[in-house]
Amino acid sequence: MYQGSPKDRNLTIVLFLAPVMLVFLVFKAAPLVMTAGISLLDWDVLKPFSSARFVGMKNFSKWFSSGELWNVLHHNLTYLGLYVPAVIVLSVLQALVLNQEVKGMRVFRACFYLPVITSWVAGAIIWRFVLNGRWGFVNQWLGSLGILGPNWLEDPHWAMPGVVMACLWKDTGYYALIVLAALKSMDKNCFEAARVDGAGPLSRFFRITLPLLSPTLFLLFVYNLMSGFQVFEPIYIMTEGGPANATTVLVERIYRYAFGLYRMGDASALTIILFLLVLSVTVLQLAFEKRVSHGT
Amino acid sequence: MTQKISKQQRMGFSRTIMGGSPSLIATRNSYWKKKTRSLLFFQILPYAILGFTAFIVVIPFFWMISTSLKTQEAFQTVPIQWIPESPTLDAYKRVFGIANVDFLKAYTNSALYTLLRMSGQVICAAMAAFVFAKIRFRGREVLFLAVLASMMVPMTAVMIPNYLILKSFRLLNTYTGLILPSLMEGLYIFILRQYMKGIDDAYLEAAAMDGASLRSIFARVVAPLCTPALFTLVLFAFMGSWNDYLWPLIVLSKKSKWTLQVALGVLNSSYNEAYDVLMAGALISIIPIVLVYLVTQRYVDKGVAVGGVKG
Repeated sequence: MYQGSPKDRNLTIVLFLAPVMLVFLVFKAAPLVMTAGISLLDWDVLKPFSSARFVGMKNFSKWFSSGELWNVLHHNLTYLGLYVPAVIVLSVLQALVLNQEVKGMRVFRACFYLPVITSWVAGAIIWRFVLNGRWGFVNQWLGSLGILGPNWLEDPHWAMPGVVMACLWKDTGYYALIVLAALKSMDKNCFEAARVDGAGPLSRFFRITLPLLSPTLFLLFVYNLMSGFQVFEPIYIMTEGGPANATTVLVERIYRYAFGLYRMGDASALTIILFLLVLSVTVLQLAFEKRVSHGT
Repeated sequence: MTQKISKQQRMGFSRTIMGGSPSLIATRNSYWKKKTRSLLFFQILPYAILGFTAFIVVIPFFWMISTSLKTQEAFQTVPIQWIPESPTLDAYKRVFGIANVDFLKAYTNSALYTLLRMSGQVICAAMAAFVFAKIRFRGREVLFLAVLASMMVPMTAVMIPNYLILKSFRLLNTYTGLILPSLMEGLYIFILRQYMKGIDDAYLEAAAMDGASLRSIFARVVAPLCTPALFTLVLFAFMGSWNDYLWPLIVLSKKSKWTLQVALGVLNSSYNEAYDVLMAGALISIIPIVLVYLVTQRYVDKGVAVGGVKG
């Protein structure tokens, strides 16, 4: 392999890696340490840094002893519990639908992908109206079936399911494409053999397709756990954490504490908690990855 | 070739399962019954399922368009007027005439932000990927580990310090500040490195014979050979930048700097119940990205399948 003259090579390495590595140091590595540092301070960001006081672990103990953290975590877990299983099942179903060989598939694929390319702000605005208690079409359709729909986003019990519905609409198309890629890469002979042996479509799906999909589904599961802990836009636009704080979630709280109340210490402590949660998912992934992909 | 064979085989199999050649065994009547049933099953059913799913996915968009063309009274009707009885462009006029949000300015801001962030991300990633893929030096593996590690640090975990860093450099409310932290996109580096590794070194050596430096080899040989990968990443960077919300929301407090998404968020909270205006704003913000997607659909589909890249 051609390596150039030493001078040429060194210059290229420095010049080409410098931008990326500087950004890594200044905006990724150092900030992680800074977040940890700030989480030990009591600091109103509107005042100069000299006014900050070192309070040790007090910010953390405050979070753990207040009801708010548990509420927020409860909402995050509710979101995950509703969203993750549903998005995996729906994206598999949608991928199966997309896997058929019919004419005009491009148009259908475009339709399914439309929500994915829509920004969350626009999507959430649309869904605020879709779920509107009086004029939204969800409730009008429920009404025509004789069901009195809840006042979705204004009802503490139904706000989170409402948000999850919007998220499912927005994300399924993306994950379906990933599942579809996995489906397309499967060996067709396997299915032929099973068909010859008399396996029906259902047993072919459960005994062949699903096991072959398991690594992909595991990846989707892990990815959605991580992004589920960080859900922000749909909540912020659709409910702003309301009604009556029924949909407050981690990132929404971090944003509120840091940039609404300027309490950087509290917000950073919460950020550390979030980061540890996301990191633990990564560790889980590394621990289980081998076992899951072993199935294939 | 193999697919063709398997198709023939499949037809053969189904014929055996059905019990030999239909014209021999089945009576004419039941043959046609079977034929129509299988026609119904294999021709119409897929479309029915596809159509139904697509309907559910697309109906909110239709509702958005329909509402944006209605008057204040018309979108509050029960039952719904799916096709507005007296369509009007009033809502669009109002969107562009709002006092506290300059939508036209936000549009150009978004275009600028998207162009800068997109090109910055892809160019920086391509340069780094070239070094990682084609140049051997001590410490390369360690530096690449940094790239992998950066993918594990979510933006939400570092947004507070990043805000403070920009503040201390007086870069808040500037596009430089807005773009800087996103110039390292670990996943892009990773994907491009894989791609460049697949490029034959003979190309590089041929260029070197002509006396080209490594930098010009990158610019004239390697980068052009990566066009498909680069194009896909440009598309994803475009979508990610156009739709980016949280970070611009934090950095841009000045009204004149707002991107479209930030402006739309402000519109959402200040025009809480004026759904005609909100839908018009949402529609306007989606149009560019939908157009780009429709033209480049094939590459986007492939990109998701290969890299699992999401904006």
